[in-house]
Amino acid sequence: MNALTPSRRSPGMSTTTIVYLALVAILVIGAVLVSMSGRNLFSNANIVDLLTRSSLLGFIAIGQTLVILCRSLDLSVGYVMALSSLIAATTMDGQVSRIPIAMAAALGVAAVIGLVNGVVVTKLKVNAFIATLGMGLIIKGYLDTNYAGPAGDVPEAFQSFGYTRIGPIPLSTIVMFAVAAAGIWFLHRSRTGHHMYAVGGDAEVARMSGVRTDRTVITAHVLCALLAGVAGLLIASRFGTGSAGVYDDGYDLESIAAVVLGGTYLLGGRGGIGGTVGGVLILATLDSVFNTLSVDPFIKDVLRGTIIIAAVAVYARRSLSGAPTRRRFPERPPEPDIPGQPGDTPTHSETGAGGRP
Amino acid sequence: MTGGNGIAARLRTITERVLSGSATVFVLLGLILVVISVLNPKFLEPGSLMLFIKKAAPLVLLAIGQYFVIVSGEFDLSVGSLVGAQVVIAALLINGVESATVPVILGMFVGGALIGLVNGLVTTLLKVPSIIATLGMMLVLYGAIRWLTGGAPTGALSESFRVAGRQGIDGVPVIGQIPWALLIMVALGIGAGFLMRSSWGRTLVAVGDNERAATFAGARAWWVKTSAFILSGLLATAAGILLGGYAGVTAQVGQGLEFTAITAVVLGGVVLGGGRGWVVAAMAGALTVEALFRLFTQLNLPSTIRPTAQGLIIIAAVAYAAVDRARRQRTPTTIGTPRHSDVAS
Repeated sequence: MNALTPSRRSPGMSTTTIVYLALVAILVIGAVLVSMSGRNLFSNANIVDLLTRSSLLGFIAIGQTLVILCRSLDLSVGYVMALSSLIAATTMDGQVSRIPIAMAAALGVAAVIGLVNGVVVTKLKVNAFIATLGMGLIIKGYLDTNYAGPAGDVPEAFQSFGYTRIGPIPLSTIVMFAVAAAGIWFLHRSRTGHHMYAVGGDAEVARMSGVRTDRTVITAHVLCALLAGVAGLLIASRFGTGSAGVYDDGYDLESIAAVVLGGTYLLGGRGGIGGTVGGVLILATLDSVFNTLSVDPFIKDVLRGTIIIAAVAVYARRSLSGAPTRRRFPERPPEPDIPGQPGDTPTHSETGAGGRP
Repeated sequence: MTGGNGIAARLRTITERVLSGSATVFVLLGLILVVISVLNPKFLEPGSLMLFIKKAAPLVLLAIGQYFVIVSGEFDLSVGSLVGAQVVIAALLINGVESATVPVILGMFVGGALIGLVNGLVTTLLKVPSIIATLGMMLVLYGAIRWLTGGAPTGALSESFRVAGRQGIDGVPVIGQIPWALLIMVALGIGAGFLMRSSWGRTLVAVGDNERAATFAGARAWWVKTSAFILSGLLATAAGILLGGYAGVTAQVGQGLEFTAITAVVLGGVVLGGGRGWVVAAMAGALTVEALFRLFTQLNLPSTIRPTAQGLIIIAAVAYAAVDRARRQRTPTTIGTPRHSDVAS
């Protein structure tokens, strides 16, 4: 299998193309359906709603992409988001002068949580699914015990993060796109970014090649939690208070769905942030279309579930047919049909070591 | 296993097993039960113990189902929503009519098997990672519950539906009542134990350990995995019948059970990603989780702090088991001893 295909410079390009073609298709179909019911999908209010929705999920999904690329997973992002919104809002307490320290506190706590996640996954060898689920439960208990409802007070100045718009485009969306661009640069140009693909592709081979695998995975977890913290800041600025309840909105699983919808391989090593942003936009567009059409929530969930499964099934066929991917170690064929789960390093490295000469 | 040293060998392998990966869970379970009974000696009274079993039985059944799926290298995130949907739909269909009970229960099993079949085929034939396939199913089923209930479920379960979850054989000396839930739990546990010793069970573990190798060896991986999902759907249905009988019908029934079941299985030393673990330890994991909840009640912890303790204990237990396993794997004597070869040899 020749890994150095012509698309070497833009790995995963074709997956990303599919994602954006699907997005355009959904936009067109959605617009037609909505206009048949006498409304306009591209009305100002709708676009603002769609983009705001995207920016919130976007921050989380970009971080989730990094951990999934490393063959890990973060189920605690929703709780981190809720926690950081509360820390930010209660620290600000209505005073403009405290905005910087509140942001630092919220993001600092988020980063520490990411650090703990990463250390538990890499050093204690706890499966990422369990480690981050457990972390989520720990935060949930803290939140439920200490915050009965919304808390804190966000000054007007900070609320502008949530409400300022340039034309129909919210400031938060612009920030999200900037973060996405930075993330793409990071993955494709920085050493750590390359290491993330290597670790996700095969941790054992990466380690033998001199990559500090643990440090790479921990970095991904810290960045992921930081971005969940940014999403929390956005929540605080939009609601004007911190809110514990947002962890119930299913952002953890939805972010994973967006990442996978965006063409990132759930077992790590392939994909990227460009596709994830497309996945986020698809999910937000679907939501927007369903809301404008006031689709029954039942049908809405059925359609959403079906679309996610169908999309992933399409990718699964593609990766089986040996599509161009970013392969750091071309001599070792990928294992698209071994359905181990993310974070399953012990078994994986074991079989990997046994199978190699 | 040959006849001559059969019993001795079997004893040795059982000891080996209990002392290996799954030791943590039995120690933990024992420890928690001791602490509970020290805090509240009444817990050891038969009535109280049987109540505990009734409450724990649904999770134990879910853990068996989840064990099949996890040991084959997959996840089933749809079981919680499946339990919820089954109970809500059953209440709607039965609506208090006794004669409708049996047909509805049969229908529930058919439905559970179908959901499992779809999960399995989407995972194996369409090659969608099971975490996404069953997540999609979870979305669909929760949607179904919301659509059917509009917030508050309608209808009611019949009395005979609730027998399995609530009642038992009365008038037994000393114990008083043996709950049906206990008998069902033990019967299904024994069944699962034998199933794992059959060629199907060994193929399941082999597929979970290394699907490619198992396929080369002639295993029909797709079918073994799909049947694991079907069993998970059937066991979730049984759990739904017990849970609906015990706790009644709400729109929230089943919510979050998938994660609790996975937690239970993992606490039992079953490795996510497949290939190793013992079904009895998974059941013990479920009992441990329930015992933990019971302990929290005993300690008068505010219910809101429970998740924190639960999260800490899960991470600690799994980390302990993982570090233990890593240490064990480094010793050369055990490397060549696959966990399940004892049955074959």
